[in-house]
Amino acid sequence: MIKFENVNKWYGAYQALVDVSESVDKGEVVVVCGPSGSGKSTLIRTLNRLEPIQSGSIHIEGKNIHAKGLDVNAFRSRIGFVFQQFNLFPHLTALENCTLAPIHLRGLNKAQAREQAMALLERVGLAHKAHAFATELSGGQQQRVAIARALAMEPPLMLFDEPTSALDPEMVGEVLTVMKSLAKDGMTMVVVTHEMGFARDVADRVLFMDVGRVLERARPHDFFNAPEHPRAQQFLSDIRSPFATA
Amino acid sequence: MSFLEVIDTYWLYFLVGPYPKGPLGGLALTLVLASLGLLLALPLGLILGLGRVSPWAWIRLPITALVYVVRATPLLMVIFWAYFFLPSVTGIKTDQFATMLIALVVFDAAYLAEIVRAGIQGLPKGQVEAARSLGLSYLGAMRLVVLPQALRHMLPSLVNQFVATIKETSLGYIIGLAEVSFIATQINTLVFTLPSQIYMTLGLTYFILCFGLSRLAYWFERRLSQREKPHLPARALT
Amino acid sequence: MTAFDLSLITSGPYHDMLVAGLKLSLQLLVVTLLLALPLALVVAMMRLSGLRVLRSGAWLFVEAIRNVPLLAHMLFWYFGAPELLPEATREWLYAHNYEAVAAVAALTFYTAAYMSEDVRSGIRAIPHGQFEASRALGFGFFRSMRLIILPQALRVTLPPLISQTLNLWKDTSIATVIGTAELMYQAAKVETETFRSVEAFVFATTCYLTVSLLITGLAVTYQHFFPARAV
Repeated sequence: MIKFENVNKWYGAYQALVDVSESVDKGEVVVVCGPSGSGKSTLIRTLNRLEPIQSGSIHIEGKNIHAKGLDVNAFRSRIGFVFQQFNLFPHLTALENCTLAPIHLRGLNKAQAREQAMALLERVGLAHKAHAFATELSGGQQQRVAIARALAMEPPLMLFDEPTSALDPEMVGEVLTVMKSLAKDGMTMVVVTHEMGFARDVADRVLFMDVGRVLERARPHDFFNAPEHPRAQQFLSDIRSPFATA
Repeated sequence: MSFLEVIDTYWLYFLVGPYPKGPLGGLALTLVLASLGLLLALPLGLILGLGRVSPWAWIRLPITALVYVVRATPLLMVIFWAYFFLPSVTGIKTDQFATMLIALVVFDAAYLAEIVRAGIQGLPKGQVEAARSLGLSYLGAMRLVVLPQALRHMLPSLVNQFVATIKETSLGYIIGLAEVSFIATQINTLVFTLPSQIYMTLGLTYFILCFGLSRLAYWFERRLSQREKPHLPARALT
Repeated sequence: MTAFDLSLITSGPYHDMLVAGLKLSLQLLVVTLLLALPLALVVAMMRLSGLRVLRSGAWLFVEAIRNVPLLAHMLFWYFGAPELLPEATREWLYAHNYEAVAAVAALTFYTAAYMSEDVRSGIRAIPHGQFEASRALGFGFFRSMRLIILPQALRVTLPPLISQTLNLWKDTSIATVIGTAELMYQAAKVETETFRSVEAFVFATTCYLTVSLLITGLAVTYQHFFPARAV
């Protein structure tokens, strides 16, 4: 469903993505991990064109996403994006956050949009908070609303950019639970995360990145038990025992 | 005559000028001019402000230049241009009120443009990213997500701009517009013996008006920051 | 409308009038700055003082001045203030170019009120810990201000102060109303005598824009070489 071919990206003189060629199949759950600065966030942000690329190509559902004449807005409306900082719209209620795009972009009328949004909020466990504003919700609740907001457009693909990194530890679980259920329902997902438990339980594949390159790609079982690339081995041992000396 | 006699004789003239025997003047004219000026300047200022942040350089650059030029010019200069120049260009002889109004609208719009710009650029970048990620266009995101939030944050600045506009109306004096400063001078010419008291009264009038309004702006700002505070219950939520 | 006549303003008597006006405007700017800055500093210190009387007095000063338009200030100083002086002084003042003095008085108090707020904000921007560290070393209030706080506050305060200077430059035009023969007054006078509004006002507008540009350029240069640094 997704295909990266020789993708390179620079921020000025700094190369953030180096010759990335990967693919993701429909229904797959791919976790991208790596140390900070590895380019994993950049990679996922190129998928909905929040970041431009300088060379190479990206195809989603067989179409080149940088093709001339492509309607960027229509393209983005078919991809769900969940941000690290949630980015809920504070001047709207949770329900209104979820009905905004369907009403204005998919032509649903108010009643249809509300019905769909309530169902989604129910699914993420927040139907009782439908009329609350973002400032009245905890971080975990905000992120779940953000997921519902993205799902309201019925996208075939969901992207998650470190969805739990800005949450207090006790709220991480509620968000991961929602993501797990999405995966179980067959959603194609690309997730940038540090949550190794999620990767182990839910991912079909793990991509390990460092300094702009994908250094290792493997099934979770293989990645966590027997990483091949030395940098990946270093990364995993740092995570497991941060105070161990070499 | 004593000062109390002055107040007794001229208080109505001070408030409304020669009305109804002549056009509206005095404090009433000041308020009407300021309100009308700001009201008309708002849509223009909004458009200019959007132009200032526009991602298209062919819009952004000329508008930025225009705003800078107007802001670098004294208001009096703008008034003179309008007063001396407009009639010869448009062929219509505008009266002092219309001239002053046009000058105020143009001048205030340039300042409002900066307030709008600051309001828009003060929003976290993530808001625009989230809106665009949903598929909203640039204008759609502006209309539905950015401006509703930005305009709310701008409210204290807008009230301050209204206070500034009230003070700006005083320059109508120079082209003979019968706003409150002009009326005060007329009264002073008639009475002649109590200038310091008359002008202190003028100052006091402006003070009550402007100070009151800026307290309002302060109250707006307090209410705004209170609403933004998260109201989390004491216990962690599941 | 007859054609634009540049020679009218580049030479001859009207040129001289306009240049004299420009000179006076610049003089008003400089003299006011020299008087307003120290006054602003004093008022800001009073606003931050421990004594309630000083704090309230300074607060009242600032609010009373800022909420009254500059034109009203000018009218007061020119027409109203001399009444409070003895007759002889009054006569002397009116005979000796009192317009400029009244203009400077009005401009100084008006500008100082605004600048004192900027200075105060600048000082408050310095973390209180700096002041505490200085007192812990044994420096008194004024030494702490002079050696530790104000030097740091200067970098933060300078941009808004330059912005106020820009406002001051534009505000000098209001001195016209009490008969001060600065640039705006002269431009209007040229217009009255020649009926050529465009040339006179183009000259005046160009002067205002040019000096505004120079002042802004100063600010940009300063910020380039001395950016406000946080610890």
